[in-house]
Amino acid sequence: MSSSGQGATNPAGIGAGRRRAGRRRRWGSIGWHLAALALLAVILYPVAWVVSASFTPSASIIGDLELLPRDPTTDNYRRAAEGMAGISVWRFFWNSTVLAVLAVVGTVASSALAGYAFARLRFRGRSTMFVLMISTLLLPFHVLIVPQYAVFQNLGLVDTYAPLLLGKFLAAEAFFVFLMVQFMRNIPNELDESARIDGAGQWGTFWHIILPLSRPAMITTAIFTFIWTWNDFLGPLIYLSTPDKYPLPLALQLYIDQTTLSDYGALMAMSMLALLPVIGFFLFFQRFLVEGVSTSGLKG
Amino acid sequence: MPTNAVTATRTGPGFDERPVTPSRRRRPGDGLAGYLFLSPWIVGMLLLTIGPMAASLYLSFTDYNLFTTPEWIGIDNYRRLFDDSRWLRSVQVTGMYVLLAVPVKLAAALAVAMLLNSQRRGQGIYRAAFYGPSLIGASVSVAIVWKALFSDDAAVDRLLSMVGIRTGGWVGNPDFSLLMLVLLAAWQFGAPMVIFLAGLKQVPRELYEAAEVDGAGRWRRFWSVTVPMISPVIFFNLLLETINSFQIFTSAYVIGGRNGSPAGSTLFYTVYLYDRGFTDFRMGYASAMAWMLLLGVGLVTAMLFRTARGWVHYSGDNR
Repeated sequence: MSSSGQGATNPAGIGAGRRRAGRRRRWGSIGWHLAALALLAVILYPVAWVVSASFTPSASIIGDLELLPRDPTTDNYRRAAEGMAGISVWRFFWNSTVLAVLAVVGTVASSALAGYAFARLRFRGRSTMFVLMISTLLLPFHVLIVPQYAVFQNLGLVDTYAPLLLGKFLAAEAFFVFLMVQFMRNIPNELDESARIDGAGQWGTFWHIILPLSRPAMITTAIFTFIWTWNDFLGPLIYLSTPDKYPLPLALQLYIDQTTLSDYGALMAMSMLALLPVIGFFLFFQRFLVEGVSTSGLKG
Repeated sequence: MPTNAVTATRTGPGFDERPVTPSRRRRPGDGLAGYLFLSPWIVGMLLLTIGPMAASLYLSFTDYNLFTTPEWIGIDNYRRLFDDSRWLRSVQVTGMYVLLAVPVKLAAALAVAMLLNSQRRGQGIYRAAFYGPSLIGASVSVAIVWKALFSDDAAVDRLLSMVGIRTGGWVGNPDFSLLMLVLLAAWQFGAPMVIFLAGLKQVPRELYEAAEVDGAGRWRRFWSVTVPMISPVIFFNLLLETINSFQIFTSAYVIGGRNGSPAGSTLFYTVYLYDRGFTDFRMGYASAMAWMLLLGVGLVTAMLFRTARGWVHYSGDNR
């Protein structure tokens, strides 16, 4: 929407006008990039700062504005690796990984199944159930936590990973079911009609035709589930009480409670370790992530 | 992918009435297969959503501490809420936060989306980079970093004192602590920005050209072309951000603790709910709180839908 292109009406002549417009466009472009880069610098400053802080000696972290530590040290990481309460940080890392990987498997499988039913099959009650599914998008999780907790407590499953994972295997995250439905609806009918003629049943059609074509939706679901589970705090906070079962976010909170912020350096190093997989995923998959948001309204 | 956020906003009841394609008919065997494919979801819905919702409604009328059987006390829990100064405080804090965070975040998202909507080299890289904070913003790590940056004598405090503003750190100052969390929300403008961008790309260029021929300036084009054309996307983002903002927890809990320090200034609704339910084990009370939250979110959502009729325009066939 730049206001260029007035060169043609320039009385000084078409050629000169075009040259001037071209020059103006180039300066406009440089100005645009400068503005965007300045904005980006402000936005990414906190990320750069935590990287730097994690290599800065504990005592001088607060009050440090600079992004290059004066005497860089890896001490923070050494202390972070020791962990807390006799539990190594790698233990928490492992717990987070187990939780996230299982969550991904469960969510992708159950959402794809539900998505196929909603998108490609006709059966009684489908519309009602679809509306039900969509309306859970708006339902605050807090309405459910007290009874859910009571049930898991009575089943003796508190302080296990079951409460954190069961919902993932039961397609409880409506966003991902919705994403699958949106995607699978747009696969041409001719494909599965012809599979049907070739003798494929519902399962065969799903497994051999629809699922392979839905790979982008599945990848988006997998990445978001991984990151959300990795970052989840409220679920583990409620359900887990044994420190050696904690995932990283809960370990971080425990660390704050225990050290009362005396060791900022180790805290920053641990924060970095908790962020690294997410940042890694982001760098590898940013196209999928951005597309996933713009097509479905998934949030970060 | 042919779908986008604009179609997403048109979903809701009614979306499903349209057939997948005209040729699609119910076939023998679809029924059973449908229920089989849907069985995990159905079990989850009954076990983890509908069942707990009913139970939660019941529990909200009881005195329940998780270890003894619930004792029916009628609407006492709800009545007590209005005498509970901490509850009133949490309503106030959360209301203020929603009112501040949602507009600030959406304005930032739209502004950056407009900036990125012109054809430039490296546009995809910018888009991804601006989206980044949305992914990590809700994590404990970032809440810790935020707390460090806004502490007394830390980065933000120092920068502000350079221009003569003394805050004594935002973390310990009840006048600033909420604002700090608003800024953390606004920092994650990337997700709504990406949705805005998808909407902006759909606005036909001819409309801008026609408006320009008619002598409309930048500002006029924004209000008369851009805003009406992307109003479904604005509404979608507004709805989602509002609902999400009501439920802020992680950053508030990590920064302000269970008591919403300093001085209850970050005692968000969900933080207080957690404290009542899972520290004091007053589960009946917490359930009543949860239902009041649902009621509040429902009311605000209904109000948004009502006002939307006046300013959200759906082009094409849909309305």
